[in-house]
Amino acid sequence: MRVALFATCVNDALYPNTAIATVRLLERLGVRVDFPAAQTCCGQPQYNTGYRRLTEPLVNRMARAFAGYDYVVTPSGSCVAMVRENYPRIGAKARAEGRGDALTHAADELAPRVVELTEFLVDVLGVVDIGAYYPHTVTYHPSCHGLRVLGLGERPLRLLRAVRGLRLVELPGAEECCGFGGTFAVKNPDVSAAMGADKIAHAAATGAELLCGADNSCLMHLDGMLRRADSPLRTVHIAEILASTEQEAAV
Amino acid sequence: MSTPGALKTLSGGVYLGMPAFPEAARTSTHDARLRANLRRATHTIRARRADAVAELEDWPRLREAGKRIKDQTLRHLDRYLLQLEEKVTAAGGTVHWAADAAEANRIVTSLVRATGSTEVVKVKSMATQEIGLNEALEAAGIAAYETDLAELIVQLGQDRPSHILVPAIHRNRREIREIFRTQMARYGRPAPSDLTDSPADLAEAARVHLREKFLRAKVAVSGANFMVAETGTMVVVESEGNGRMCLTLPETLISVVGIEKVVPSWRDLEVFLQLLPRSSTAERMNPYTTMWTGTHRGDGPKEFHLVLLDNGRTATLADEVGRQALRCIRCSACLNVCPVYERAGGHAYGGVYPGPIGAILAPQLAGVGGTVEASLPFASSLCGACYEVCPVAIDIPEVLVHLREQVAEHNSGHRLERAGMRGATWLLDHPGALAAVERAAAKTRALHPRTLPLGPAKGWSESRDLPDFPARPFRDWWKANHTSEMSGE
Ligand code: SF4
Repeated sequence: MRVALFATCVNDALYPNTAIATVRLLERLGVRVDFPAAQTCCGQPQYNTGYRRLTEPLVNRMARAFAGYDYVVTPSGSCVAMVRENYPRIGAKARAEGRGDALTHAADELAPRVVELTEFLVDVLGVVDIGAYYPHTVTYHPSCHGLRVLGLGERPLRLLRAVRGLRLVELPGAEECCGFGGTFAVKNPDVSAAMGADKIAHAAATGAELLCGADNSCLMHLDGMLRRADSPLRTVHIAEILASTEQEAAV
Repeated sequence: MSTPGALKTLSGGVYLGMPAFPEAARTSTHDARLRANLRRATHTIRARRADAVAELEDWPRLREAGKRIKDQTLRHLDRYLLQLEEKVTAAGGTVHWAADAAEANRIVTSLVRATGSTEVVKVKSMATQEIGLNEALEAAGIAAYETDLAELIVQLGQDRPSHILVPAIHRNRREIREIFRTQMARYGRPAPSDLTDSPADLAEAARVHLREKFLRAKVAVSGANFMVAETGTMVVVESEGNGRMCLTLPETLISVVGIEKVVPSWRDLEVFLQLLPRSSTAERMNPYTTMWTGTHRGDGPKEFHLVLLDNGRTATLADEVGRQALRCIRCSACLNVCPVYERAGGHAYGGVYPGPIGAILAPQLAGVGGTVEASLPFASSLCGACYEVCPVAIDIPEVLVHLREQVAEHNSGHRLERAGMRGATWLLDHPGALAAVERAAAKTRALHPRTLPLGPAKGWSESRDLPDFPARPFRDWWKANHTSEMSGE
């Protein structure tokens, strides 16, 4: 099984610990993982802001960078959703505009192989208890694209429940959007902040020490709000929890 | 009845002179009372809808059927509309075709004038809101009285609707009592002096106030939820029974209906009569369903006019991605579940169609040229909650992004952003350059501020700290610790 890590641009530049944790965790489970250096970004910011044509070079880049791997594992639900749901649309529109089938082929060839980290663990490797140890009280926010586009469902929660030492507390209104939404956060800052304020209030009310998620872009927004509010609550990506063991604490 | 000047609508139901969504929301998100009213109302109906839908095991199949019926009907819309016209005419009704709001208003005004009446009672209708009919009638010296309880509250309060099903959702009971107490007398029977804010008291005051209007009115104006092509039957569903009073008592009935409201047959109607009440009011069945076919001697209105409204719908139909918005049955489930609607409120959308459906409908009916219309496709975090609840499976996020593309292309205000996006794509298509930028950011990280005063970063850092840059990007960690089998470039 040839497995590549798609770290995503946000993790590469801002949250390397999440990508490192993903690598360590997969290696601990006996998966040999590769990081093709040609990878950059799935193009979600461009696409969701209305610049579809500017996304096209990145579709091609993704397809080239990850050609030949059986699985492309990504610690970001929204990037997987971008590839799975929107790459075929980008291809279809290019075709409708008379620009051939190349993008459609690239999309069709890549999309089925790109999997979100918790999908890969639960569905492909068939593991739930991966021997992690994390002695903290944690609440989990399921980011929208993982929740609704990918249908991750219980997977992240099952993985968290199997972590030794971890106390999982339920987040009220968990399924409500945190208000990040990519460029929405800067184009509609007031609504975005109002949504974020409600989310962190809910998280704080659980008494958890950590607010866990599977998408660092949402966590970046929430962490920024928590720090602005001088809250003791911190955010953590699920990969970093799952990578922690008794021997080796979180990166 | 007089209404404020700001109610003048453009095509697509957007009001004249409204600010773009983010500006409007800047104020409304900080209105604590509005936020509380909306939060309470939307969360209540949200939970009830979920329960009502969960009762039906075959909901996903019903939803799929609703979607398909609408799609097939839209594909052959011309055929079904002609069939409908033929059946309505054969049953004694008269069909008029209106290309836009102005034409529809002209037709309705002249029909009312021909009756000699100077007032009409109205059944709650989005189509007549969209064309600004009340204002057009008023300009012609004809008073239009809203009879739906929530519409009445809005009209008496000289307010604007903020929800497609519950137009006064932004008001609480105390505010409604105040409006009734101070305004009812100006337009008819006053509210009782000992009016309380209990729902029963408020409903009774409205009932008594409206009753004299029902009994006096010679002309009613309505919309319709559905039109059945095979028999020419109009369908209005409602909860209060006020609609039925309007649809049965007056001598003349004029219905203004969007052309997308046609369904081929009664069998198709059956699907929507299950989807709509559960999605909108969380009821298994709505209390009143009024159906009529043309006119009947000695029963109901003597004259029936159907005004079929285009007003941007044919243009919307031409757009392969955007046309799914025409499947909408105006249930309002997407509003009730929308986190943006809940915080910004319906008025921030600047027109008669707020919420997720408004954000894709108004810019399509009117085009993305206007300030409000151009801002609406961006009034969403693309969380997808709307799509999940939509009973006809309109992929609202897909249409929003599709419309963002149109805005980015046609709107000169987006030039700077385009340049930025182009730069980003270039960088992301050159991993070597990207790595250099990442390293530079990592090296200078101690100097990075927590907030930034300008540009998009300002919108970010007004309420959030900027993230810290790490000591080194992931790709450098990888290089130091692994060798890639396939390094790519
Ligand atoms: S878009 Fe769907 S959910 Fe929203 S009002 Fe229309 S039918 Fe209802």
